[in-house]
Amino acid sequence: MPMAIEEISIDDFAKAIPDGAKVAIPADYAGVSMAATRALIRRRAKALYLVGVPTSGLQAELLIGAGCVKTFESSALTLGEYGPAPRFTKAVREGSIHLIDATCPAIHAGLQASQKGIPFMPLRGILGSDVLKNHPGWKVIQNPFAIDDDPIVAIPAIQPDVALFHAPLADRDGNVWIGRKRELVNMAHASKTTFVTVDAISETSLFETEEKAAGVLPALYVGKVCVAPNGSWPLPFWNGADVDDAHMRQYMQMAANDAGFQEYLDQFILQESVPA
Amino acid sequence: MTNIVDDKKALICLIANLLRDCNHVAVGAASPIPGAAALLAKATWGTPRFVNILGSVDNNFFTGGGGELFDCAAQGRIDAFFLGGGQIDGQANINLMGRGDYPNCSPRWPGTFGSAYLYFLIPKVILFREEHTRRTLVEKVDFISAPGLSDEKTYRKGGPFGLLTSKAFFHFDKEKKRFRLVSIHPSSSLEDILDNTGFSFDYSEETPLTSPPDPALLEVLNREVRGKVAEVYPNFADTIFPVTSNAGHDT
Repeated sequence: MPMAIEEISIDDFAKAIPDGAKVAIPADYAGVSMAATRALIRRRAKALYLVGVPTSGLQAELLIGAGCVKTFESSALTLGEYGPAPRFTKAVREGSIHLIDATCPAIHAGLQASQKGIPFMPLRGILGSDVLKNHPGWKVIQNPFAIDDDPIVAIPAIQPDVALFHAPLADRDGNVWIGRKRELVNMAHASKTTFVTVDAISETSLFETEEKAAGVLPALYVGKVCVAPNGSWPLPFWNGADVDDAHMRQYMQMAANDAGFQEYLDQFILQESVPA
Repeated sequence: MTNIVDDKKALICLIANLLRDCNHVAVGAASPIPGAAALLAKATWGTPRFVNILGSVDNNFFTGGGGELFDCAAQGRIDAFFLGGGQIDGQANINLMGRGDYPNCSPRWPGTFGSAYLYFLIPKVILFREEHTRRTLVEKVDFISAPGLSDEKTYRKGGPFGLLTSKAFFHFDKEKKRFRLVSIHPSSSLEDILDNTGFSFDYSEETPLTSPPDPALLEVLNREVRGKVAEVYPNFADTIFPVTSNAGHDT
């Protein structure tokens, strides 16, 4: 069988995500590719359109702080118990990024519409909120099946150029094991292509047993795979490490001002040794 | 320090009692007190039978991805949920977006999360905000992340049940469209609450004190539930279960 996976360095992997790309990224608990995030900052990516599915955290915070982001579409940017995200807070205050604020199920619904190839998905709730009032894409329509007034919100499809995440395993054919993190499958189905960093390569097919196959994203959807052990560091990984608490605290301290954030980039991202 | 710990444990026990009639309770990420309360109720009474804590690996049984929570809510499969907010107003509108004029809020908070949806669909939404000041409990929120009330033509199966703070518990009266003070925590007083609440609410001069937590419930919390809480909220667990004070109750 031909090897579908080419060996690629994390920096070449990040170079394949072009400036201006619409990139879908998962919430902190679903497997964030922080290794690729650092490589994007090293290559000085510009004008990215991030879609946080359905929220984002340190990944968007770093990319925003490093000037890589033009638009941030999500339901929240949170660093959890570490407190307000300092670079995001500053960018919002200064109006230096374009915000499209949503609510979690609407992000999922927009991706679902894209994966079904339909223009929109209707969704309950949301009516009467200022999120609806300020969102550029959502429309209130009448339920076409109801006799009485029944307003419902239509969420347009969200089709990212790239879905980007970290997973435990890929096999040589490019199949990726995502366990029960089905939102990663939704992201991949909705996006034009999917880039995945993995902890390791499985030498046997992930379709070998039904138990494993149930959690597989097929290679059909996968554009690139790059091996990056512990690639979600310093964030926690559902199939591995806990959060690097000391590092997160250090980040919060350093990112509190511009000079400190620059020092953080220098120390942990720009000077990171880059052999794949 | 001990008082802070006791107060937090009292809040956990109070919330646990509110969840006893539920089958399925979901708790958002970074909500340690509601999360601990749901785990405590399940451990004590076996109800709620299902507890889902978002962001947890061990205490989350969803297999359908991040959207499953919202599908469950839309079908009426979730009985209770918790929402907070940087601002909560007298109409039970909540603001998770930020203070000042959107979009250039200052401070900006994380964002609306699932609130704009779940508030409409989960029958018992408990608003929980420890900070009880005129800064958080305001007459009118600066941004409506999710409205407390909807007009008649809006599909709405859920909404605000009550508001719990570090000082008091309020019930939300959907007919009157106002909060009513139910009980005052022992560390506070009616005068203190009137001084620190930015919206008007109904109350009686004889509003009772919040009942102290049942010792049996506290015992279950300290003995059985602490380990589970530590799995999900390690830093919070360190605060409320200091190692020294529970030397005899190691799990």
